[in-house]
Amino acid sequence: MSYFDYPVESKTLLRKKLKIKNELLSRGGFIEKRIAVLGGSTTNEIVDQLELFLLNYGIKPVFYQSEYAQFWQDAVFGNEELDSFDPDIVYIHTNWRNITAFPCVSDSKEDADRLLEDTFAHFAVMWDKLNEKFNCPVIQDNFDRPAFRLLGSSDISDYRGRTNFISRLNQKMYDYSQANKSFYINDVDFLAACYGLEGWSNPLYWHMYKYSLCLDAVPLLAKSVADIIKSIYGKNKKVLVCDLDNTLWGGVVGDDGVEGIQIGPEVPVGQIYSEFQQYIKELKSIGILLAVNSKNDEENALAGLNHPDSSLKPDDFASIKANWNNKDMNMKSIAAQLNLGADSFVFIDDNPAEREIVKQANLGVSVPEMDRVENYLRMIDRSGFFEVTSLTNDDLSRAEMYKANARRVQLQENTGSFEDFLKSLEMKAQIREFEPVYIQRIAQLTNKSNQFNLTTLRCSESDIKMMQMSEDYICLYGKLEDKFGDNGVVSVVSGQIEGEELHMRLWLMSCRVLKRGMEDAMLDALADDAKDKGLSSIIGYYYPTPKNNMVRDFYSRMGFSKVSEDEDGNTVWKLNLDSYEKKNPSIEIIR
Amino acid sequence: MNREEIYERLNEVFADVFDDDSIILSDETTAADIDGWDSLRHITLLAAIEDEFEIEFTMGATVKMKNVGEMVDYIEDEV
Repeated sequence: MSYFDYPVESKTLLRKKLKIKNELLSRGGFIEKRIAVLGGSTTNEIVDQLELFLLNYGIKPVFYQSEYAQFWQDAVFGNEELDSFDPDIVYIHTNWRNITAFPCVSDSKEDADRLLEDTFAHFAVMWDKLNEKFNCPVIQDNFDRPAFRLLGSSDISDYRGRTNFISRLNQKMYDYSQANKSFYINDVDFLAACYGLEGWSNPLYWHMYKYSLCLDAVPLLAKSVADIIKSIYGKNKKVLVCDLDNTLWGGVVGDDGVEGIQIGPEVPVGQIYSEFQQYIKELKSIGILLAVNSKNDEENALAGLNHPDSSLKPDDFASIKANWNNKDMNMKSIAAQLNLGADSFVFIDDNPAEREIVKQANLGVSVPEMDRVENYLRMIDRSGFFEVTSLTNDDLSRAEMYKANARRVQLQENTGSFEDFLKSLEMKAQIREFEPVYIQRIAQLTNKSNQFNLTTLRCSESDIKMMQMSEDYICLYGKLEDKFGDNGVVSVVSGQIEGEELHMRLWLMSCRVLKRGMEDAMLDALADDAKDKGLSSIIGYYYPTPKNNMVRDFYSRMGFSKVSEDEDGNTVWKLNLDSYEKKNPSIEIIR
Repeated sequence: MNREEIYERLNEVFADVFDDDSIILSDETTAADIDGWDSLRHITLLAAIEDEFEIEFTMGATVKMKNVGEMVDYIEDEV
C-alpha cells in the first residue's frame, strides 16, 4: 500500500485507519509482538498509527498503554497490568513538557549543571528499572525543541536557555544509548525539523487534547518507531539494486558514450549524481549489498562504472546484470545468485515502466518512486529501508562475502508472463508518414541513437525533408504512449523504392522502449504500406558500429533471411511480403 | 458551497472516519447517535473535516458545537 511509503500519506492514514487496518489484517503471516507504550502525553492516535505501520511490516502488535502521562510511575513503580503484560518492546513517548524544571536566568552555571544531572537521573532511573524488570529493547524519544526562545538565538548557546538545556539533556541520553545495547533513541528532534517545528508543535493539539505534536505528524512519528522495531526484528532490506542510465548517472552510456554521461563535479546535474553515488557507497560500508539491473550491453555498463568520476566501481557490486532481459527476470537471477529473497531488495530506477514491471512481478521488492534526481538520496534515506539498530563486524564485511558466493552460482533466465505486463501498459502507437511538425525530432533521433540503429545514417533536417517529399520513399515515424505518459517519437524507418523492392536507409528506435513490441508494430505498418504500393519485398541493411551490436541479429528475429555478408560484417537481408504474417503486438495502432 | 453540498462531503468524511457507509447525518445528529464517536475519535474527525473543507477550527468553536447542525453552520461560515 503506497500510503506507507515515503512521503507518507498522513491524511489518508488518519482518516481511513479503520478500513486500512482491516485490509492489512487480511494479509496473514504475522509475527506477534507485545509493545508497551509509556506516554508523557496522549498516545492513542500514536498507537493506532504504529499498529498500521507494524502490520504493514508483517508484525502484529498487542499494546499496553499507560494511563495519561503515567510513563514514569509505570516504569519505576510498576503496576500489575504492565507486569503481567511482559512486553517484548517498551516505547517511551515523552516531550519537552515532561521535563519538570528548567534553569532560571538567575541560576549560576553550577546550578544549571546540577539541575541537568538531576533531570537526567530522573529518566535514567526509569530506563535502568525497565531493563532490570523486562530486559527487553527500550525505544526512547529524544526531546524536540520548543518553537519559542526566551533568549532568542542565545537560547541554544547560553546555559540558562531552555533550548540549551534540552540539547545537553539529549546528549546525555545519547551517551546512555551508546553504553546500553538494547536502548534505542527515536530521533523526534529530526522528525520535527523535517516536518517544520511550528506546525509540528501547534499548541492547539497540546492544550485541547494533550498531544505533544499535531495530529497530521503522528503517522511520521509512528513510521519512525516502526522502522526501529522492524529493524530490531530483522526485517530490514538487505540489497540495493540499481538501474544505471539516469539513475546512477545522467544520460545513456550506450548512446552518449562514457565521455557523454553526466557524473562528477563539472556540471550541477553531475554533482547531484555524484552525491547520490557517494551515499550509496556509504550504504555499502554499513553492510548493504549493491547490485546492478540495467538494460545495457555489459561492456557499456562497466565502462560507465569505470568513469573516473564514478564513485561506484564494478567491484562495489555483488552482482551485475547488464543485459537486455526483462528486469523482473534479472531480479530473480540476482536473488538466486546472492541466495537472498527478492523481498529483501530495494530497486531504484528512473523509468516508471521498469519500476512497474518489477512491482507487478510481485517478488516483494520495494520500488520507491524515483521521480527527480535531486530527490533520489532523500527518497532512499527517509524510506527507512536500512534502519540501523546495530552495526556488527559481519555488516562491515558482508559485501565481500557475497561477491565470493556470487561467482559460484549459475544464472537462470526465463520469460514468464511478459505478455500480461505489456497488456497492462495500455500502449498506443501512432505510426504515420513523416509530418512537418516532427522533422526536427526525427533528424535529432538519427543523430542521437546509437544502439538500436541498423544503418547509423546521420541526417540533417533537410535530408529528412527530402525523404518526406520524395515519391520514391516510404518514411514512417512511430510515437508511443502508455499509461505512464507519452514517450514521444521513438522510432523511425525510411525505405527507398527500387522496382518492386523497398531498400531500408533508416531503421532506428530509442532504447527507452525496448522490448515493448514497438519494433513489431513498425514492421507491420511498413509491410502494409509497401504492399499498398505494390512492392514484393523489403531489403534490410545492417552496418556494424562499436555501439549497435544489440541489433546485429535484428532482421533475423523479425523474419528476414540473410542475402549476403561482407568481410566487415555488413549484412543484407530480405523479407518476402507475400508470405509476411503480421506480428500484432499488444499495442493499439493509430495510423 | 451550500448546506446540501457540505452535508454530502461531510457524510463521506464520517463514513471514512467511522468506517460505516450507513451513516446519514442530519442537523440533530450527535455523538450519541454514532457508534464509536468518543472523545478520541472526535479528534480524528475534526482533523479530517479541516482537511476536507480546508478550514481550521478555533479552540472555542470545537468546544461549543452541540450537534452536526452547528458543525455545518460553522463550516458554512468558514468556507
